[in-house]
Amino acid sequence: MTVQEAFGLYNYWIVIFLMMTGFYIVIARENLIKTIIGLNIFQTSVFLLYITMGKVHDGTAPILRPGESPEHHSSSAGAETEHAAAEATHIIQPVGFDEDVIEAAGHALEPTIYSNPLPSVLMLTAIVVGIATTALALALIVRIREDYGTIEENEILELDRNS
Amino acid sequence: MIIIDIAILALLAATAVTVARIQNLWAAVMFTGIYSFLGASWMLILDAPDVAFTEAAVGAGIATVLMLGTLALTGLKEKPITKFPLGSLLVVTITGITLVYGTLDMPRFGDPNAPIHLHPSPTFVEKSQPDMHGLPNVVTAVLASYRGYDTLGETAVIFTAGIAVLLILRKDAKEPGESSGEEPS
Amino acid sequence: MISFPIIRVVTKILIPYILLFAMYVQFHGDFGPGGGFQAGVIFAAAIILYALVFGLQAAKRVAPPWAVEKLIALGVVVYAGTGIACMLCGGNFLDYNALDHHWLTELPAYIDFLPGEKPHHFLPTGQHLGIFLVELGVGITVTAVMTMIFYAFAGRERLANTTKGPLG
Repeated sequence: MTVQEAFGLYNYWIVIFLMMTGFYIVIARENLIKTIIGLNIFQTSVFLLYITMGKVHDGTAPILRPGESPEHHSSSAGAETEHAAAEATHIIQPVGFDEDVIEAAGHALEPTIYSNPLPSVLMLTAIVVGIATTALALALIVRIREDYGTIEENEILELDRNS
Repeated sequence: MIIIDIAILALLAATAVTVARIQNLWAAVMFTGIYSFLGASWMLILDAPDVAFTEAAVGAGIATVLMLGTLALTGLKEKPITKFPLGSLLVVTITGITLVYGTLDMPRFGDPNAPIHLHPSPTFVEKSQPDMHGLPNVVTAVLASYRGYDTLGETAVIFTAGIAVLLILRKDAKEPGESSGEEPS
Repeated sequence: MISFPIIRVVTKILIPYILLFAMYVQFHGDFGPGGGFQAGVIFAAAIILYALVFGLQAAKRVAPPWAVEKLIALGVVVYAGTGIACMLCGGNFLDYNALDHHWLTELPAYIDFLPGEKPHHFLPTGQHLGIFLVELGVGITVTAVMTMIFYAFAGRERLANTTKGPLG
């Protein structure tokens, strides 16, 4: 494995290290709040894993460059032809992952490489669901503290066994 | 740019190890906020500004506030560990080595020919230009239009979490005029 | 923290801009990074900042809990209602192309009081309208849920230690 290959995999190894740190905190620590923090670290490392897979070398954020003015809304049937005819002097960008060079109205465009938007979308959902479960877990911890008087797992198990 | 990549990832790893070892819970929550912030910076470098935005706002903002609110109600210190957790370290190391062995097959960082770019989705960026009549942000287009049904489910999940927290934590005895629900027995 | 003058004055200056930024992120989510979730969290952050500096009672006067509870459900209703409106206009559930030529969006074209050339219609249609309403629903729900969770945590009294446990 060459240094070049190793560097290409460096980000996955760091993500695995973060995952394992979070995992270790969950199983080895007995304070409940520490457990939730470890779960949070685990979740964030999984997000990082997906987003590193979506990056394309020399790419940019998946926000299309302004190629045409969005003011006119015509009927969707004739949209493409109308846009093509009326905005012939504007540069209409075809977008994709390969380097296509398109010439419109005599202009030569630079090829635009975009990173993959799909992992971003999935992780957006996952982040918000993660905070929802964290909030719920913290609420449960507050109630456990009020009922048992402690938030260390071994003490809670002792109290349960003795009562 | 390579130096920034290596540096941020190393800082992330160092912050995670610090959170594992620290015993003062207040400091641990602050380091979790730093961890989320570093994660958001790394996501921005990876061309995902929407996710970076959300992670910074949610992870470094709301999660820190909620954890500090919980700390105010429970306690500030973790009990020191008595015996060395050898079994946990062993499990974690074996899992880590197995996963690292699994990454040897994965596509290299930034490879444009990775399967994720070729198989389901090279059309999203191309399709959203004619479909959306000029909406530039592809991520919002996918989230709200192409995958709108999933976002409806996610909104329902947030709704459920809010209702559940209200059910668990609702009553406070000091304000008799405020709570309108019955007291659980 | 109300007794520290710097924090009080700076918070009073900053909070309108935070709210404005939240609305910017909400409504410009189509044109740049942003959208419903981020805007909802920033809006809730403004309310939480106000509660931290001026006290929970003052924040509950500004955003009363009974109103915030109704907003939690209103966001989901707006989202699902958009889907049902698409069905009523003839398309599938959450098919925004059905909203393209609804009579409501054509209405301003018949209003005569505008001088000069009347625009064809100046409300967004189709995909723009669908995405706008949907993100609005998401933003409302996220704001209300984060604010309500903060009220639930911050409004709770701390019980004294009953058994042995780590003292804080």
